[in-house]
Amino acid sequence: MAKKAKTPSADPHAGKTPLVEMRDISIAFGGIKAVDHASCDLHAGEVVALLGHNGAGKSTLIKILSGAYTRDSGQIYVEGSEATITNPRQAKDYGIETIYQTLALADNVDAAANLYLGRELLTPWRTLDDSAMEAETRKVMGRLNPNFTRFKDPVKQLSGGQRQSVAIARAIHFNARILIMDEPTAALGPAETKQVGELTHQLKEEGIGIFLISHDIEDVFDLADRVVVMKNGAIVGSAQTGDVTKDEVLGMIILGKCPPGAIPGPGALAA
Amino acid sequence: MSDQTNDSEYKESAVVKFLRATEVDTRMLGMIAALVLIWVGFHLYGEFVLGRGSFLTPRNLWNLSVQTSSIAVMATGMVLIIVTRHIDLSVGSLLGVTAMLMGVLQVWVLPQYLGLGHPMIWIITVLAGIAFGATIGAFHGFLIAYLGIPAFIVTLGGLLFWRGSAWWVARGETIQPVDTTFALIGGGPYGTVGALGSWIFGIVVCAAIVMALVSGRKSRIRFGFPLRPMWAEYLIGGVGMAVTLGAVLLMNSYPWPKGIVRKYAAANNITVPDEGLFISHGFAIPVLVALTVGLAMTFLATRTRFGRYVFAIGGNPEAAELAGINTKKMTLMIFALMGALTGISATIASARLNAATNALGSLDELFVIAAAVIGGTSFAGGIGTIYGAILGALVMQSLQSGMVLVGFDAAIQQMVVGGVLVTAVYVDTLYRKSSV
Repeated sequence: MAKKAKTPSADPHAGKTPLVEMRDISIAFGGIKAVDHASCDLHAGEVVALLGHNGAGKSTLIKILSGAYTRDSGQIYVEGSEATITNPRQAKDYGIETIYQTLALADNVDAAANLYLGRELLTPWRTLDDSAMEAETRKVMGRLNPNFTRFKDPVKQLSGGQRQSVAIARAIHFNARILIMDEPTAALGPAETKQVGELTHQLKEEGIGIFLISHDIEDVFDLADRVVVMKNGAIVGSAQTGDVTKDEVLGMIILGKCPPGAIPGPGALAA
Repeated sequence: MSDQTNDSEYKESAVVKFLRATEVDTRMLGMIAALVLIWVGFHLYGEFVLGRGSFLTPRNLWNLSVQTSSIAVMATGMVLIIVTRHIDLSVGSLLGVTAMLMGVLQVWVLPQYLGLGHPMIWIITVLAGIAFGATIGAFHGFLIAYLGIPAFIVTLGGLLFWRGSAWWVARGETIQPVDTTFALIGGGPYGTVGALGSWIFGIVVCAAIVMALVSGRKSRIRFGFPLRPMWAEYLIGGVGMAVTLGAVLLMNSYPWPKGIVRKYAAANNITVPDEGLFISHGFAIPVLVALTVGLAMTFLATRTRFGRYVFAIGGNPEAAELAGINTKKMTLMIFALMGALTGISATIASARLNAATNALGSLDELFVIAAAVIGGTSFAGGIGTIYGAILGALVMQSLQSGMVLVGFDAAIQQMVVGGVLVTAVYVDTLYRKSSV
């Protein structure tokens, strides 16, 4: 039964300062340790997939990075220096942008208002410069989704794909360096999923680091350079996608069993 | 992510084309229609049943404008509260206690230090009233946002607490008369801007309408956005100016009563000719106050970050939070603003009555909420307009004073107002179902 033990291949980013590093992060909600001493990092131009069951803690970990939750303990380093992230505003200041699974759009206002939500363009008289925001939005959407024409409608009236493109536009318009995509393709059809994949490659080329949260293991192996698996709030392990098989990754997700090709974390099942 | 709007696929009817070209809100047209119906209905009821229609007279409409002011001012704030999915049940009581404090301040306290009738008295009183209202509002907002107590409960408690406080301020005494300058804010024959003042006001408004249209068109051209057809621009400008100047004519056609004219003539050494002197009321000061508040609040709601955040929070509180908006601070500020507006309304209401009583503003919260809701503010959050709320206030007050005019008794008035409120929300629900 014993196979030739595969070892983790050399870290392609060895010696480089990671774009973002989360170290020993913990957060508890009323006695439940949602994230338990988790550490993980992300390099420029790298796509890291965070995997795990519902309730494994991956969304919570990522919400700590995006500022939606404040961690109980642990540190976050951005390009080597410790970052203070206690709210979404601060995360954005570090160039951390998030595309939420729910899209987090204000349904009752139009695309431009959503794109610039919290970062509105103002006229010299400190009033909203709606015309400028709409003009910019037309430019961005023209690149991202040329068919998009409904700039005056509240986003509630748009299709799922159109809403998704507004959320994506918002995340990449402000020179993101670190992009978090939480189930970016969950609500999309095949053509749109493909488009998101192309976009991911393009952003990667530009040197943006991407955290991808996904349930779809096919998606993950297509897009990600590395997988990080969580179970019960702890890191099971991480592996280059080339070093592990899909089945092994499923074993990590379901059993917490770390295959030889992966670097085990504190949440790995004892061998 | 492909979607082409299907505008071209069906032929638009003339009505749809007209509405699209003018960009007029269909809701607003409906509300204006309801208003006309109420006005004409009460007038005809008076004409045929009582033998004398008195609703559509300059005198009644002038009174209506004054009566609407206090409710309209508060309704503009209630829009923001309801848009952010909260409610404020305490505004009537807060109005009462604020009016009592302002009464004590200007009648009992300030004259001791400044002397009776000192010109600073009304200014200090009004500022103190607004500051007090804002402080209490901020306190409500603090309890709601930072301690997590639902707005319904906080302001329900406030409804009782502040009504009790209003009595307690002066052990239930009625404080009167108020400072003579302060009283002008409530309207009355002297509290108006007269014929000339009204014309000046009307012309300024007309100029503003033209400027707004021109600058709007210019900025659309600058960014290459679709333009309204020229005829639509002229139509909107024309209707806007006609309504403004019509209102001026109407307000100016209501003369001072003979007794006031006689007193005024005697005081100013004017001989009154036999046929009497025609001195116009013109716009009442509270009406101008309410219009100014409406304009300022519209600006706040549509042209500033604050307003944008209010609507974003109402549309999706979680998204607003994730976008980095400090929703707690916003909630506190929105309630503080509501309190400040209640301070302005307390000024208008007590000045109009020329007295501060502990019952002032009773049940106002219901009229204010009704005004906002009739004006299209949705309890689901995220939707509402300031001008809608002001029109809503006018609708509510038209109903109320129309019923008084045709002699419905108080019990029936209450039943009608309650029924209208529920019906208005139902109509709103239907409207939303069909429009989205």
